[in-house]
Amino acid sequence: MNPTRAVALRAYRAASVLRPGRPGRTTDRRAGGAGTPPRNGGSLMTAPGQARRTKAVRIAGGVLLAAIVAVPIVTRSGYLAGTGSQIGINAIIAVALGLLMGYAGQVSLGHAAFYGLGAYSTAILTTRLDAPPLLAMLAGVLLTALVATLVGAPALRLHGHYLAMFTLGLGIIAQVIMEQVRSLTNGFDGIAGVPPFRLWIVSFQSDALSYGLIVAALAGTMIVARNLVHSRPGRALRALHESEEAAGACGVDVARAKLKVFVLSAVLASVAGSLYAHTIGFVSPDPFGFRFSVELVVMIVVGGSANVWGPVAGAALFTLLHQFLRDAGQRVEFLDNLDTVLFGAALVVVVVFWPKGLVSLRLPARLRLRARRAEEGGA
Amino acid sequence: MSPAEQLLQYLITGISVGMVYGLVGLGLTIVYNATGIINFAQGEFAMLGGMVAVVLHAAGMPLWATVILAVAAVTVIALGVERLAVYPLRGRPIMTIIIATIGASLVLQGGAKLVWGAQAVKLPSFSGDTPIRLGSAGVDPQRIWMVGLAALAVLLVQLFFSYTLVGKAMRASALSRSAARLCGISSDGMVRLAFAMSGALVALGGAVVTPVELMRYSQGAQYTLTGFLAAVVGGLGSGMGAVVGGVALGTVESLAKGYISSGWSKAIALGVALALLWLRPQGLFGRRERQR
Repeated sequence: MNPTRAVALRAYRAASVLRPGRPGRTTDRRAGGAGTPPRNGGSLMTAPGQARRTKAVRIAGGVLLAAIVAVPIVTRSGYLAGTGSQIGINAIIAVALGLLMGYAGQVSLGHAAFYGLGAYSTAILTTRLDAPPLLAMLAGVLLTALVATLVGAPALRLHGHYLAMFTLGLGIIAQVIMEQVRSLTNGFDGIAGVPPFRLWIVSFQSDALSYGLIVAALAGTMIVARNLVHSRPGRALRALHESEEAAGACGVDVARAKLKVFVLSAVLASVAGSLYAHTIGFVSPDPFGFRFSVELVVMIVVGGSANVWGPVAGAALFTLLHQFLRDAGQRVEFLDNLDTVLFGAALVVVVVFWPKGLVSLRLPARLRLRARRAEEGGA
Repeated sequence: MSPAEQLLQYLITGISVGMVYGLVGLGLTIVYNATGIINFAQGEFAMLGGMVAVVLHAAGMPLWATVILAVAAVTVIALGVERLAVYPLRGRPIMTIIIATIGASLVLQGGAKLVWGAQAVKLPSFSGDTPIRLGSAGVDPQRIWMVGLAALAVLLVQLFFSYTLVGKAMRASALSRSAARLCGISSDGMVRLAFAMSGALVALGGAVVTPVELMRYSQGAQYTLTGFLAAVVGGLGSGMGAVVGGVALGTVESLAKGYISSGWSKAIALGVALALLWLRPQGLFGRRERQR
């Protein structure tokens, strides 16, 4: 094959994330949970029982979703738009991390670092150098891709928990850098005055417009995730989640595939970070620490990583609860400190009873078995 | 202070804190060997060891009693974590159980914040604050307690594993769970014992470090990370390796704090540990385990 054609073929394959693929056959029906290998080459990121849902239910669901999404814009409420924006941003990162956790079955405990990398790149470049926002976002993306490759390449070649550890360390190092390199990042004081996102002449200044931008970005992220799952590289990844040895024997470059997913998920987090900087207008080291990385894991596990919607649901639930506790906590101080305990308890409970996350909500397996036994006993 | 004396001070600080990191790493290793999981709540056990001791002391108890009771209390808590977050998930993939321990650590951390608030607390030093003269330098006596008690604990653990029947049973269970069960060793019991032991060890470390490095609800995560790195740097699965790794990490951190800057010390120690792992993933005493 001549070199030009080889390059063209590579580019075509890489572009598969943007093209909708065809869902597989029966393998697409089953779903796995966070960190669990799916049985029978099950699919990840595909709604469980999809074939069973009737068209009417899906249309109703779509309408409801559109309504929910439209509420902050229609009511012109800055508060709602702000909350919605935060949910959207968290959802983007959650979906990104969910790709990694659902596929490679690897936990990254430092994704907040990539989030912060994007935010700080945007903040620094737009305030110090007056760079156009899109360019700043791109710079953040490239930097994140570089860092993710450097961290992921050695870690993913190794077994098991090494990625969790390397990313944990990276997250803390990144936070220390954000705090200590005052000349660049202003340390704890942070960088203020980040301009709103601008696309040529359109400036996303109002709350509603920011929110709309974020919703669009989230939709884009979900489409990319969905297409990745159903594409040829996506199926290779699912194969490797099932059994790395088997996938390797079929010619799947295991380490390379995992690295690609890792870098993609890091880059998406970086984009979310840039959007965060533009929406809030201010960045400081605080939201980009180890704590948020753990909260991301909570979002994904509680929501479910088998499905593109799971992390979104998890992010929404988490953000709303967090917001509620914080607002209520201003009146009753006890509630303000309660969030950590609740999230931890939720994590344990969900992992024990609903490993596939809340999105696949049915009776917990134990109770279902009891119900079935009771049925059979009575009949 | 002369440069040599300054270096000595940094080394003493580093080694003493390093022994505590080593205890956490040892606790992690014991649980890892028994279950295959990394217990992310381990650092919280250390934090609680310190916090409970402070509470008991504030209630009027003598120091030695507070330490013993704190260790006992955290052992119970550790067993509780095992019962609620690990035992129900037996047979599930390792990553799932690890996530459950992350949840447990959040619950413990949040609980500590709820009960004790956000401020840092301190225990009085075990034998006063007057520095012991070593040549022309002064050594904080609490540091000697730290190294001494930690070393004693490590020694007892080693003796336990080498010479007692239960210790050998645990090692057998770690080597091959099914073979051990065929010999009548209950793997569930071994897991429980592992959690109890590691909880006690780590709580001791927490109690003994609180007089010099204040304790607050958020310190648990720090100790988990450092303990984890200590264990992996030493070679995951090797208890002595974890202790050595902990001392090494503590020393690097202390030297960085002294000669470079306090803010960067964490990142530098981490960076050194990660670089070491990059070059030698199996750690200092671990066996080579390459995937491809």
